[in-house]
Amino acid sequence: MSGKPELSLKGSEPSSTRLVATLGFAGLLSGLIIVSVFEATLPTITAYKAKVLKEAVFTVLPGVSGMQRLTYRDGHMIPAVGDEEEEDVVFGGYDADGELIGYAVPSAGPGFQDTIRLLYGYLPQERKVVGMEILQSRETPGLGDKIYKDAAFVANFSALSIDPEIVTVKKGARSALNEVDAITGATISSKAVVQIINRGNQRWVPRFSGAETPSKPTPSGGG
Amino acid sequence: MVKKKQEDAYQEFIKGLWRDNPVFVQVLGMCPMLAVTNSAVNALAMGGATFFVLVASSFLVSSLKSWIPKQVRISTYIIIIATFVTVTDFTLEALVPVIHKELGAFIPLIVANCMILGRQEAFASRNTVKMAVIDALGMASGFLFALFALGSVREILGEGALFGVPLFGADFEPWVIMILPPGGFLTLGLLLLFFNWVKERKDRLAERLAEGELS
Repeated sequence: MSGKPELSLKGSEPSSTRLVATLGFAGLLSGLIIVSVFEATLPTITAYKAKVLKEAVFTVLPGVSGMQRLTYRDGHMIPAVGDEEEEDVVFGGYDADGELIGYAVPSAGPGFQDTIRLLYGYLPQERKVVGMEILQSRETPGLGDKIYKDAAFVANFSALSIDPEIVTVKKGARSALNEVDAITGATISSKAVVQIINRGNQRWVPRFSGAETPSKPTPSGGG
Repeated sequence: MVKKKQEDAYQEFIKGLWRDNPVFVQVLGMCPMLAVTNSAVNALAMGGATFFVLVASSFLVSSLKSWIPKQVRISTYIIIIATFVTVTDFTLEALVPVIHKELGAFIPLIVANCMILGRQEAFASRNTVKMAVIDALGMASGFLFALFALGSVREILGEGALFGVPLFGADFEPWVIMILPPGGFLTLGLLLLFFNWVKERKDRLAERLAEGELS
C-alpha cells in the first residue's frame, strides 16, 4: 500500500516522452499479441463458419448432393469467384446428376433486438420456399428464439408459396399456401423472419427467373 | 513466519471467494452478471473468460508496476485488460464456437467489467506478484461461483433443466420470466438477501459470544 499516491507524484514527475513511450510500447505489444492470436485462430474460425453455412445449405434444400456459390452478373447466374460481397452470393443446390434443383439464399434484416441473418431454400420451378435456417439472431430467450427453437414454426417454411408474397397470420389461422403461423408472444420476430425472406425474394427471384444457370458445379467452386 | 505468510495468502484467496465476494458483497460486474446468466453453461463460460482475464492482467500489472508511470496507469491497465479480452474472444470463437455465439457481445464487454480494473488499481499495482495472483484467483473464483449460482437457479426455474438436461417431467411449465432480464434482477436480489442474512447472523453470533466472554 503506497497510501498517498499524490506525494510520490510530486517527487518524481516523469517527462511526457516517458508517458508517451510507455503507452506506445504497451499499445505496440498489445497489437502484436492480438494480431498473432488473430492469425492463429482465423483458419479454425473461418473453417467453422464455412462448415455451418454448408450444413445449412443442405438443411434448407432437401435432396441436394452438391453445392456451388453463385452470383448474378449481366443477366446470368455465374459461379462466384470469391471476392464478391456476401450479399451478392447465393448457393446453387444440385442433385447427383449435377442438375440444379434450387437455391439457398442468405438474407438479413432487423429483428426484435438485433439483425437476424438466415438462409432459406428456394425452388425456382415451383416458386416455393422449402426450408429456413437462422444463422444469427439475438432474439429474446424463451420467446423470440423460438424462430429457430420451435420446430412447428420452422416447419412453416417447408413448402411455402411465395406468391403474391409471404404473410404472417395469427397462430392456427393458416389457410393459404403463402401463410405462416406466427409464434404466440413473438409476433415481431416471426414477422421479421417473413420480411427478411420477402426481401431476399424481391432481390433474387427476378434474377433467377430471367437467368440461365450453369448446371454442373465446377470442382473449384464446390465449397 | 512462513506460517504467517501462508495464512495471509489463504486470507487473500478466501477474501475474494467469500468475505468480499465481488458480486454478493461488492456488487461489482453487474452487466455480465445479469446478461449472460440465463443458463449454467453460459454463466460458466463467462466466469471462465473473466477468470483468465483477471488472473492474467493482475499478474502482468503486478510484474510491471514499477515501470508504469502513475499518470498513465489506468490507460495502461485498460490496454493490458483489453489485450487479454481480445485474446480470449478469438480463442473462444475458435475452440467453442457455439458458446461464443451465445455470449456474443458480452465477451468484448469484459474490458469494461469494473471488478477487473478495480483489482488492478486497488491490489495488483500495490502488492507482490504472488499476492496479486492469489488475490485475482480468489476474486475470479468468487465471480465464477456467483455467476454459476445465478445461472443454475435461472436455468432450473426458467427452462426446467440444468446444463440442458431436463430435470422435471413434461408437465413442468418453465417460468420464462426467469431467463428474461427481470429474472436476473429477481434472482440476484434474492441471493443478495440470502448472503446478507447469513452475514448478519454470523456477526450477531460473534457479538453474543464476545458479550458472553465479558460477563
